[in-house]
Amino acid sequence: MSGTTSAMVRFSDVTKTFVGDNGPFNAVDGVTLDITRGEIFGVIGYSGAGKSTLVRLINALELTSGGTIEVDGRSITGLPEGALREVRAGIGMIFQQFNLLSSRSIAGNISYPLEVARWPKAKRKARVAELLDFVGISDKAKQRPSQLSGGQKQRVGIARALATNPGILLADEATSALDPETTQDVLALLKKVNAELGITVVVITHEMDVVKTICDRVAVMERGKVVELGDVYSVFANPRHPATRRFVEATIKDRPSKDALERLRRRHPHHLITVSVHEDGTSGGRITDVLSANSVQGSIIFGGISEVTERPFGSLTWELVGTPADIARSIETLKGYTRVVDLGTAEHPLADPDAYAPGTETDRPDAQSPSAPLPLDRLAAENAAQIGGIDPGNPNPLGGFRKGNR
Amino acid sequence: MKTDWSQLWPKLVDSFGQTLQMVSVTLVVGGFFGLLIGLGLYVTRKGNLFPNAVVFNVLNVLVNIIRPIPFIIFITAIRPVTLQLTGATIGTGAVIFPMTVMAAFAFSRIVEQNLVALDPGVVEAARAMGASRLRIIWSVIVPEALAPLILGFTFLFVGVVDMSAMAGAIGGGGLGDFAIRFGYQKFNNEVTLVTVIIIILMVQAAQFIGNGLAKKALRR
Repeated sequence: MSGTTSAMVRFSDVTKTFVGDNGPFNAVDGVTLDITRGEIFGVIGYSGAGKSTLVRLINALELTSGGTIEVDGRSITGLPEGALREVRAGIGMIFQQFNLLSSRSIAGNISYPLEVARWPKAKRKARVAELLDFVGISDKAKQRPSQLSGGQKQRVGIARALATNPGILLADEATSALDPETTQDVLALLKKVNAELGITVVVITHEMDVVKTICDRVAVMERGKVVELGDVYSVFANPRHPATRRFVEATIKDRPSKDALERLRRRHPHHLITVSVHEDGTSGGRITDVLSANSVQGSIIFGGISEVTERPFGSLTWELVGTPADIARSIETLKGYTRVVDLGTAEHPLADPDAYAPGTETDRPDAQSPSAPLPLDRLAAENAAQIGGIDPGNPNPLGGFRKGNR
Repeated sequence: MKTDWSQLWPKLVDSFGQTLQMVSVTLVVGGFFGLLIGLGLYVTRKGNLFPNAVVFNVLNVLVNIIRPIPFIIFITAIRPVTLQLTGATIGTGAVIFPMTVMAAFAFSRIVEQNLVALDPGVVEAARAMGASRLRIIWSVIVPEALAPLILGFTFLFVGVVDMSAMAGAIGGGGLGDFAIRFGYQKFNNEVTLVTVIIIILMVQAAQFIGNGLAKKALRR
């Protein structure tokens, strides 16, 4: 964080306790983090992780049980209801189920927050037209919500949330009820909101794909705690918490799982390596050059390259055929400019230090010890320093994070 | 036995007028208070806009006590209060009071049930926009639940017509009283039948209007 003024939302040791049938539990448990002005911040977690509660603390739909929250430099903790209404009016929110008023037309829905804010009628009308145009559904003004598709409904939701020129837009699983194509349209619109209007966007999701497409930074939540926080590319490149790994695995699918690796070894008994393809532009072509220069034959047997925050990301697993010395030299050369994981041969296999085998780790949401020390290998430790380093047991997100350079 | 309709017809018209008077006043006043009590039950629930266990439980128990009492017994049980308020215990005016009380409590449950079925998401959305809780009640909750509320109100109409038939027991007049006095007690099935048909037509007309209004309120 570069200072107080850049924080649009500041959580300081925030806890939210609910009293359920099985006694009190912390839906949000000691969260400390800053959301920077003008960024798109993602909060990812499985259902029940506390991300919905976390975001509702920002606009005081839920009140904190402990700690303080600052919005735009002003503490909202302990404010009376009347003052909280003002805070809420300055924060837009969109929902998974859109939550449009079925008793009103599309224009009427967008007009609602303006009525609440006591805008005069003529001004309201002009603003509604402007917003309909911004979200691209000017022709739907007189229709009813039920006549619209899911994507169009969410556009209405966005227009409604933007009506009073808020500084923050909260998106609660805004694309989870939409098909993949519509999801991309709505995400593009959220990006437009951020880029053109400078609105800070907080996105809650359980889909890493959403984070990867639009977020600058991401917080991973599990059982009410932020277990990982950093700029999206770094979190993708080096997920350290099991929960984060699962999210990344589910999205990128570039690395063979333990089982898949065993099957690969059966089909490809020679030397296997996994080469990371990162933003520095490590291309398949360059790898091929290195291999042929060392008289090693290589073929791609597994992998995936995708885009994370508009930068290439992924890895390719190669089978190398050649003399052991040639192969060793090739690997050394490749290690000079990218990350290489040596998997060895079928006869002398080397374990993938990052291998994730579903269900074999104590990393399920219901597991007992979320903060158990993680097996950090040397490389992970290096990268941890690079992205700011959070001890999973003691998240201190104020330590040296930077906004993703987009 | 030949029915002398020239004698009965003016009485029937009077009775019809009395029924209309009892039913309309009861619906307007009872409907209003029923809506208030129903909203009270809804908003004071745990986790709702004005969560308040004391108010909720008092209202809840009150509704549960009043509603099951057979109306004919309720009329006599509430007599002292009726006398205080209307200065009489018999007549059309005197029967409107117990009818209104009973209708309000009956309607409150219908209102509550329809509001509970409302998607809490729209309330949350309005809260997120900074709307006050009172504003949310009149600008979100009632409009969003309007169609089922209209149908519930129509249902109440039928119940109130039923109640009005017992008004005769304390001299309230009306169609029910007419059917008992000139039909049942005089062994004249024709009079009873005619009265029943009039009541059926009334109820049908009300249901038709209610359905139409509800459909218009839905507009989806």
